[in-house]
Amino acid sequence: MNAEYRKDLFADERSDDFNVIGKPVIRQDILGHVTGRSKFYDDHAFDGLLHMRCVRSPHHHARIRSVDSSAAERQDGVVRVLGGRDVPVNTNTLLSLINFGRDDEPLLATDKVGYVGQPILAIVATSVRAAQEAVDAVKVDYEELPHVLDVEEALKPEAPIVNEEYPNNAFDYFDTYDHQKLRFGDVETAFSKADHIVEGEYQMSPIEQAPIETCGAIAAPETSDRITVHTSTQALFFSVGVTAKQLDISSARLHFIGGTVGGGFGGKVDSHHEPLAALACLAAGKPVKYMWDRAEEMQVGGPRGGERWRIKDGVMRDGRIIARAFTGFFDAGAYTRLSSYAVQKSTGHLPGPYSIPNVASNVYCVFTNRTPSTAMRGFGITAVDFAIERHMDKVARAVGMDPIELRILNAYRDGDMKAHRREAKNCALIESCQAVAQKSGWSLSAEAARASSKSGGGEGALGVIPETVTDDEGRVGERRRSGLAPEPFSGHGTRGLLPEGHSSNNSSAFGNAPQREDMEAEIERLGFKGASGVPPAPQGPVDETASSARPTMPTETAHATHPAGARGGPSLPAAYVQRPAGTINQPISQPPAQAPGTPVAQQPPAAEAESESAATHFQRGVRRPGVSRFISGSRRR
Amino acid sequence: MKSPVTFRLNGSATAVFADSGANLLDVLRRGCGDLSPKYGCGQGTCGACTVLIDGEPHVSCLVLAETVAGRSVETTGGLSNGPDLHPLQRAFIEGFAAQCGYCTPGMLMSAKALLDRNPNPARSDVEEAISGNLCRCTGYEPIIDAILEAAKQRGAA
Repeated sequence: MNAEYRKDLFADERSDDFNVIGKPVIRQDILGHVTGRSKFYDDHAFDGLLHMRCVRSPHHHARIRSVDSSAAERQDGVVRVLGGRDVPVNTNTLLSLINFGRDDEPLLATDKVGYVGQPILAIVATSVRAAQEAVDAVKVDYEELPHVLDVEEALKPEAPIVNEEYPNNAFDYFDTYDHQKLRFGDVETAFSKADHIVEGEYQMSPIEQAPIETCGAIAAPETSDRITVHTSTQALFFSVGVTAKQLDISSARLHFIGGTVGGGFGGKVDSHHEPLAALACLAAGKPVKYMWDRAEEMQVGGPRGGERWRIKDGVMRDGRIIARAFTGFFDAGAYTRLSSYAVQKSTGHLPGPYSIPNVASNVYCVFTNRTPSTAMRGFGITAVDFAIERHMDKVARAVGMDPIELRILNAYRDGDMKAHRREAKNCALIESCQAVAQKSGWSLSAEAARASSKSGGGEGALGVIPETVTDDEGRVGERRRSGLAPEPFSGHGTRGLLPEGHSSNNSSAFGNAPQREDMEAEIERLGFKGASGVPPAPQGPVDETASSARPTMPTETAHATHPAGARGGPSLPAAYVQRPAGTINQPISQPPAQAPGTPVAQQPPAAEAESESAATHFQRGVRRPGVSRFISGSRRR
Repeated sequence: MKSPVTFRLNGSATAVFADSGANLLDVLRRGCGDLSPKYGCGQGTCGACTVLIDGEPHVSCLVLAETVAGRSVETTGGLSNGPDLHPLQRAFIEGFAAQCGYCTPGMLMSAKALLDRNPNPARSDVEEAISGNLCRCTGYEPIIDAILEAAKQRGAA
């Protein structure tokens, strides 16, 4: 079939002659590969190279009472024993380089370990064997703590705190939102009008990238006081930035050489080897290699995070999906790394390439005592796409429809409004489905074979919802810190376009106007942050004693709960205790904590609180006094 | 304790001091400076360190260096004759049979052992020959195609 290219991006920079497609191209680096001359990081030889091995936690979760490395230090060949206190800036989070999230992960653990294999000491010796023998001679006294390995278990109030920086066991976005939320249309009403309700639960396990070359780095001193680092990293500038930060030195002293990666698949972005190797190089004044062996690569290397998704669809008899709700849980493991971003990606991907006029989702980035997960090929997208497409097949069976025709019927068409209020452009799912059917000899109805992404878009409900406009600063909606003088309306914002009840600059407890009432931050679930007298600490580690002694909410009176299943929204099993309407959004009796100097935000107006109570889209967990109030569920295993 | 080991490496007489218990992979890479065999697992499961000993493929991470005394060792570092590439190397280049390139030296050695023994292998023979070599990038098909193509080219030459 004739290919048609309709991309409008970079149109003026493209010649569109496609003279490469269909012709073999010789890789520019392949001569080195087939002659064995490509220089991977371990192919750089240094005289007097030292080797590093780490003392690692055998426990999922334990407090470190004491570490005794005296015997190890006396062993032959041992040059340095490094602990967390030797790292100038021991705590980091990968995305701190773009000011996203709080530092939560130590390079070398000092007072507790959160997953099996977490490094505690790094031992530098003249050979791998000497380093390993020294590792074996270290005595660590652990006090084992209860651990949690399941995302929903971790969100229960009684779950152990995995990561003190996020004591609710969920990443909080912008120090405010404990999950990512998407609202489009009204799923509740649509569910009540649907002919069928189709629900499903889907899960993807963590997956190890398993590159053939294990992760590692060699750091060697230059004569100019710089350090040369040969590394397997896929993210050279992450690694430079993290190393400069954790060693507290100028990045001008770091000469990083990478680029030849022996398989990465996302697993070589975590930037843990370079700071340790460079630190040891500084301490020893000699070249140091920190290389994972295969067992470490598999156990300690960050995998693709596990995900669990629940999908609830409202479907008409003819196969049209009129509502879709998601609840998602992304398993970050013990520390954030890139999982916070993965959840944003997955939320941005909903509801899949389908035009559905009513969409809602709540997606959580959850901490568990598993190996911290990290990037891997489409992470954040792959599992939810798997869930969505499996669910489409389930919907097809429920309505007795051909699965490809169901997809064609519901596919985005040019001009449709997507759930993120962006117009769908250059859609091609219908054409892709038709090509698949043709190539696999699958017969389609005449109507499905005739369908086109270019016709029928923007009709009905999807045509009347306006695209979200952004303000002068590129922000969606209108978000003004209270206390700031309103700026003149530029004509580009949503001011005046929002329904009654949305004030332009101060309706939220956090100073940001929510786009709709059920987007309001749930202050009572923010544990120590929103509901206490403890000022928020946006940067730096939280004092453990402070977090374990978080002030509690005033005790609630007993609530009646909804009959299970009476509510729609991202579907939780009946076992979930639902947050009762009417008591949900009572104004908090105390204003949320404010850092000194920040303007005091106003309470949500009562009217707005009422309107949310009346239309609870989501079960939000039982409200109770104590540390965290989260969705609670039956134990699954 | 170090002891001298004398063997032929890619046709040249070689002598190297090896720690007792050292594996051939380490001795080739650090002692002889031949960096073409790669460390992938140290357990003999990935095949990235495959070399030929007297023409037979072995995972060098599991071979005691002392045991190659008096024998002939071939690595990918010696596969080409100066600038003249081996037919396998040419076929790998033209068939896009390498992505990250880390498994490639081991893959080439297993393939060479096969073609030296069986110049006209069936596809199943190729699959069998490289079954000890893991590749995480290519999905193997381009590698199998390239080895078959190399056999064809060599037969035609």
